[in-house]
Formats: sequence, structure tokens, C-alpha cells
Amino acid sequence: MSRQTIIWALIGLLFVGFISFRALAGRMGRIYVEPKVQAFEEVPADPIPWADQGDRPPRATWNPVTPPAGAIDRRGVWQETDQSGAKIIGWTSWREIKATEVFEARAEALRTGGREPESRLSWPRTIGLWLAALFTLAAFSFLYRDNPFYKFTESVVVGASAAYYMVVGFWDVLVPKLFGALVPWVVREVVQPTLRDPSLADRLAMAAALVLGVMLLMQLVPKVRWMGVWPLAFIIGTFAGLKLFTFIDSDLLGQLRAATAQSPLVVVKELVPGQPLGTGEMIWQSFLASLQNSLLLIGTVCTLFYFFFSMEQKGAAGRVARVGVWFLMITFGAVFGFTVMGRVTLLAKRFEFLFDDWLWLIDPRGVHQLVSTILGVVAGA
Amino acid sequence: MRRLLPLWIAAIAGFTVIASNFIPRVLGFGDLVTEMFNVLAAVAFVLGAASIAKVHLTKVSAKRPGWGYSVVTLLCFAATLAVGFLKVGVAPAPLTPDLPFSGSYSEPGGAIWWIYEYLIAPITAALFSLLAFFVASAAFRAFRAKNLEAGLLLGTAFIILLGRTAASAYLTGWFPPAIEGLKLENLSLYIMQVFNTAGNRAIMIGIALGVAATSLRILLGIDRSYLGAGE
Repeated sequence: MSRQTIIWALIGLLFVGFISFRALAGRMGRIYVEPKVQAFEEVPADPIPWADQGDRPPRATWNPVTPPAGAIDRRGVWQETDQSGAKIIGWTSWREIKATEVFEARAEALRTGGREPESRLSWPRTIGLWLAALFTLAAFSFLYRDNPFYKFTESVVVGASAAYYMVVGFWDVLVPKLFGALVPWVVREVVQPTLRDPSLADRLAMAAALVLGVMLLMQLVPKVRWMGVWPLAFIIGTFAGLKLFTFIDSDLLGQLRAATAQSPLVVVKELVPGQPLGTGEMIWQSFLASLQNSLLLIGTVCTLFYFFFSMEQKGAAGRVARVGVWFLMITFGAVFGFTVMGRVTLLAKRFEFLFDDWLWLIDPRGVHQLVSTILGVVAGA
Repeated sequence: MRRLLPLWIAAIAGFTVIASNFIPRVLGFGDLVTEMFNVLAAVAFVLGAASIAKVHLTKVSAKRPGWGYSVVTLLCFAATLAVGFLKVGVAPAPLTPDLPFSGSYSEPGGAIWWIYEYLIAPITAALFSLLAFFVASAAFRAFRAKNLEAGLLLGTAFIILLGRTAASAYLTGWFPPAIEGLKLENLSLYIMQVFNTAGNRAIMIGIALGVAATSLRILLGIDRSYLGAGE
């Protein structure tokens, strides 16, 4: 074993030892939740006397009721019938709470001999937190070199992300729009009882979309791949139409308006009542505002001139284009600065996650103060 | 026919959307076309996911190097898909408790929420934050103020970076009121308000003209590159 390997192994062992100690003695990286039991009682709807035979019967309404005793210990969605024969459906949802609150409530209960609070450790969320921390470290391990931990993390995020966005598309678009127009009775019975009846135009459009969608999936079959060009043409055509109008309206005309009408070259500041502004100061402010607007216009025109390739940029034209390049360079510098800042902010956030949410070594939000941790240990939380 | 029909489909769809912005009677058609576009975009996600699955299945079946990671990808893909479609761990909506699937798939506590909250979000954030190191090292190696333009870019980046941190107060906080405008935070603000705005404005106008020209070329059938080879 090389010396470097031994050093890294020792550092790794020290890290694991530290984490184990913090997890067992310091109770780090835990998420606590409190229950909220919900129960609803069915109130059957009165039939509508003037309804036609083909009309949908009105749906029953569900009123919130006090959950029965012991409902908190039931798992998942439960159903029961009360004495009057009305159906009751309920479930328990869990809200994340500060560890501080849990420890203090338990310490208080221990001191006064009162009832233990209902809050408890959430195993799924705690496991999730640990996984998130370990995957974050695995991602950072790439800074050393490409390694199996990083590759594993990459594989997990690729698989999960692809499926996640597919699920989002399914529930947010396909179910309400496509299935809602083609098989509305199914969507009403399963997901969305308030779904309105689709118009004939909606049905026809969605039937066409379904056909195009199936043709798009034909891209996967080599023999009929040519079919995929039709929906692709529809997508490209629609996108081109949408962008043509949007870009001309908001970017081209909007920016031209901002560069001309909204930025006068000569600005005269008026004396605002109650604002102690001397005449000299007013003239100076007016001059600065005029200079700023003039620079804005000069910069815009010169930069646009640099992008004008229909004539050779020599002589006066070349000098104007050169000024445009200077403006562009300053813009790129600002963009670069902001990019670096954004990435560093993300990095800081990840470190904050590791040291605050996971290791509990810092506590900027007052979620798991050391005092509370000690109280928790004392109370046997 | 195979190549002419797609051109007409693209033209009709595109011009319908454009016309719906100007002719009230066409507004409904424009909305329908946009809805169809949204549905097809969702189907494109399915196509993309199926393509990923196909690539990784091929890799696993051929036992190519790194096929173990493909198994991990496929397992994560299948598991996320299953819990997402079945809304595992999601309670019904309070107004319709008799419909098990009426709750929102992304409800806190549900399986898909858990996957996003504890896998996708932290890993993607960590991967993006790695760029901080790479951007810094690349900048260190690549940036040399060899000429005026490069100096402008480098100087602006430094002023913007320093002007928005606590360092600016230490470096230029002591400037007297007479030269207050030269304080780093004021310089940074001025650069953003004037030079950056002017440059961005010109770039946006250029992009808008480019998008308009490209869109028209596609809708009029001049640009047929999306039809594939042969055109």
C-alpha cells in the first residue's frame, strides 16, 4: 500500500468515526414530524328533479369531521362507517417541524410529568437526508478524480430525473388535457371529478394530438421512422410561430422602445416638493442621467453595428464597431462574474446543507440548537 | 408526399399561432394548436425516456464496460416511474377523499416528492456547484489580459464579483464622498445599469431578428433541415 493510500484511508476512517459519533451522541441528521389527522364524512347529494336521464348524478360532498380515537395509529387511507351509517374516510399527513421544538417539548414533559408530544422521528425523511448528504459527497469526489461513487451518483440522477419529468408530463399534461378530452368519464372517476365536458373542437384536436404522439413514438421503430417527421414538423412549426411573435413583440420592439422612447437623451430633473435639492445639485443629477441615457444609446447602436456584416468594418465603421466590441466585452465580463457568483452560491448552499441540515454543526435558522440537543439527550429523545 | 406534407403541417400550425395574435376569430384555433403542442411535448418526454431505456438496455444486454451503472440507471428509472404513476404515499385531495388518485403527485410526504427532494434536487445542485471549481480553474488558465478587450472583460468580472461581496466595503469603503462613485459597489451598479444593459440590449435585438428570420424560413419551407438528409 502506498503512503498516499494510507493517508487517504486514515482521513476516511477519521471522517466515518466522526460522523458515527455525531450521529449516536449528537443526534445529528434527523428530521422530526408532527401528525395531522384528517377525516371526512360523506354527505350524499340530493337528486336534481329536472335532470335528464343522460345527465351525470351529482357527487356527494365530504365534510371535515373530528377523527375517531386512535386514528393516528392507522396506516395509509382508512375507511369506516359511523353510527348513522355515513361513510368516513381519513388519513394522517405529517408536517416537518424543528428538532428544537421536539426536544424542548420532550424535556418539558419529562420535567412536569406531562404527556409526551405526538411528534416523532421520520425515518423516510431521515434516510432521505442521509442519502442526499452521501450523494452530495459522492458528487464532490469528482474533484479528486472520476471514481465509482461519482459514476453511481450520476447513474441514479439520470434514471430518476428522466422518469420524474415523464411523470410530471403525464400528470400535468397528458391526464388533464389528452385523456380529459378523449376519455373524460375515466378522468372524472379516477382523478378530477370537477372536469368540465370537452367541446367537439377539444376532442378533435386531442385526437389529432394522440395520432401525432403515436407517430412521434414511431421514431423508435427503424422501419417506420419516417412517420416521426410529421409530428416533428408540427412541433417545429408551432414553436417557430410562438417564438416569432414572442421575440418580435417583447425582445425586438420592447428593447427598441426601451432604447428610444423610455430613455430620453436629455433629462431635466424637476424640483420635488419637500426634497432639499439645490439648483447646482439638480443640474448635476440631470447631466448624469442624460449621460447615462446617451451612453446606453451609443452602446446599443455601436454593438448592433458590430453585428452588421453586410459591409466591411473599416475606417469610421471599424471604429464604431470597435466601440461595440468594448461594450460587448464589458457585458461578457459581467455575465461571467454573475455566473461565477451563482456557482459559488450553489456551492455555499451545498456546504450549508452538509454542515447545517446533516451534521448540525452550524445552526443559522435556529432549528437544532446545541442546548436543545443536550435537552434531547437528557430527555432521552 | 412524405416530404411535402410535413412542410404544410409546419406552415399551417405556425401561421395559425401567429394569426391568433392578430385575428380574434382565430384565437381559439391558436389555443388548440398550442394545447396540441403541449401534449406532443409531453409525449416527447416519453420518447426521450424510452430512448434512454433503450440505450441502457442495449448496454446491459451486450455487457459493455460500465453496464453495472446502466442497471442502476434502469432500476432508478423504473422505480421512479412506478411510484410516480401510482402516486405512492400520496393522500387523496380533501374535497374528494373517495378518489385515491385525486391528490397531487408532488404532495410533501409522497414518494415522488421524496425522490425529488432527497435525490434529484441535492445531486443536481451538487453537480452544478462543482462548476464553481472548474470555472475558477479554467479562468485562471485561460484569462490573460493580453489586449484591451481581454482586459475589459477581466476587469469587469472582478469589479462585478468584488462589488457584490463584503470585500468591496473593505477595499473601497473608506473613499471620501467626493469620489463615492468609484466605490466598487457603485461601479458594479453603474456597469450593470449602463454598459451591461446596452450590450445585452443589442444582443437581444440581434437574437430576436435571428429568431424571426429563422422562424420565417422554416414556416415558408425554405429551411427544411428538420426533414433530415436529402433536402
